[in-house]
Amino acid sequence: MINSSLKQLGQQLASKQVSSVELTQAYLQRMAQLNPTINAYVTIDEDKTLAQAKAADTRIAAGDFGPLTGIPLAQKDIFCAKGWRTTCSSKMLETFISPYDAHVISQFDAAGAVNLGKTNMDEFAMGSSNETSYFGGVKNPWDFDRVPGGSSGGSAAAVAARLCAAATGTDTGGSIRQPASLCGFTGLKPTYGLVSRYGMIAFASSLDQAGPMAKSAEDCALMLNVMAGFDERDSTSVNRQKEDYTRGLTSMTGDQPLKGLRIGLPKEYFAEGLNADVAKVIETAIAEYKKLGAEIVEVSLPNNNLSIPVYYVLAPAEASSNLSRYDGVRYGHRAAEYNDLLEMYMKSRAEGFGAEVKRRILIGTYVLSAGYYDAYYLKAQKIRRLIAQDFVEAFKHCDVIMGPAAPSTAFKAGEKTSDPVAMYLEDLYTIAVNLAGLPGMSIPAGFATSSEGKALPVGLQIIGNYFDEARMLNVGHAYQQVTDWHTRMPAGLENI
Amino acid sequence: MALNLDDIKRIAHLARIEVSDNEAQETLNKLSGILGLIEQMQAVDTTGIEPMSHSQDVTQRLREDVVTATNQRELFQSIAPATQDGLYLVPKVIE
Repeated sequence: MINSSLKQLGQQLASKQVSSVELTQAYLQRMAQLNPTINAYVTIDEDKTLAQAKAADTRIAAGDFGPLTGIPLAQKDIFCAKGWRTTCSSKMLETFISPYDAHVISQFDAAGAVNLGKTNMDEFAMGSSNETSYFGGVKNPWDFDRVPGGSSGGSAAAVAARLCAAATGTDTGGSIRQPASLCGFTGLKPTYGLVSRYGMIAFASSLDQAGPMAKSAEDCALMLNVMAGFDERDSTSVNRQKEDYTRGLTSMTGDQPLKGLRIGLPKEYFAEGLNADVAKVIETAIAEYKKLGAEIVEVSLPNNNLSIPVYYVLAPAEASSNLSRYDGVRYGHRAAEYNDLLEMYMKSRAEGFGAEVKRRILIGTYVLSAGYYDAYYLKAQKIRRLIAQDFVEAFKHCDVIMGPAAPSTAFKAGEKTSDPVAMYLEDLYTIAVNLAGLPGMSIPAGFATSSEGKALPVGLQIIGNYFDEARMLNVGHAYQQVTDWHTRMPAGLENI
Repeated sequence: MALNLDDIKRIAHLARIEVSDNEAQETLNKLSGILGLIEQMQAVDTTGIEPMSHSQDVTQRLREDVVTATNQRELFQSIAPATQDGLYLVPKVIE
């Protein structure tokens, strides 16, 4: 049951082969066994969870249900959920009980989904390994010595270890796609503006976007159907017609379902910096796509290398502004001792934030400070346009772009913590997509063997044009009809 | 442009984050590395390029000036560090 798709679970619930309470209890038991080791969840509240499951069973009994009613999901601890502790994995919000629901949370509540708990993450989503969390790192279910990626590392480990049926994440520079690659599941970052940011704790507002993290493209489509939609409470929410993201999936069968699809391969994604084992897996996946009928064209994203410097100006600048709200006055951590208001601010923030968050606030403050604005912030915004134009040009020649989602497989805990710049290079293939505001996903494409002989997952990234999520999900689904990478589970966790 | 310890103190003050003398050197080293990465931008010719602040050309929506949310002061103040008579308490700022 733990390896079933959302559709299968939905059918079992609808036909009353299993109740939501039974299904939820099965996951809670698995969490009780594995979470003390993996540390995927930072807050579990069985009473709240089971109350939702009971309510879902009542809805199912009354015939008032949808595809996700009664399905147990994990929520990244960046989403405010009323009555739930919501921490963003920061000491600053260690005791914060949210007084309201994020749009994403209320959408899942309305759909009747069950919240299994809040998942661990890099503090305020700043990190690529989940090691900046105040609540400690998360183990990669494929190899406990390695990181799950980040920032959505808890949701990633929860999906990979089957500690939930599916999860939510957010992606500012790769935080859904890089962990999806490192933990071997399907993760989608939608077009900027498709999913409301209301109640999603802000990091870099012009880049932050929520999306589904699940076993398959089909599962992601079902999740996105619930998450996407206009919300007037988010000023950048895009007002457009609701779509059914599952509508094209059934046509992805037969001999060459992708006949006519043009896949662009950016030569910059296969240059220096890409691990050879990862490159081999990606090439094999591309060959599979040719068999499915797709045509391969070479494209170029000449400014891709600039995406990391540009991001590390824009994201910290926006973060320094967004995180100025944590001042110890209305909510969050307040220092125990201080002599005046200034000291209260300085000490509360020094104690409440971790090292990486402080670094980014300081960088952001510096690039926005008098005399440096033009040289850094404005310059970065100009190059951001060049990066976005690269994609406009590339999409004249192809329908989707493919490449690696991360430059290597999962790395060891502690390996990159002392060098922030080395950690930042993890997002070499993901950041440009956020800067351009495009949708991107990562699907399991195979494994590379570690030096200790362990199989580590590799993700294939699929980048689409604006609001082309339905096509991307079809493209992912077609591949998942002829491969079984997305059904593989970490050794030793299958029979628990 | 290279940073020094005085810059770190100045930036930390602007950001309202206390940085001890011990932390300042470590912070200087890490920030200098990040600024080195950022410097790559300066080699790019951006003459005539419009800055891009948002991925889509959208304009700010307007709405009628009417009350849409209800007062939830008690709920919101229940999670505050210190309140009194419906007000948030901070150290005295006016003598």
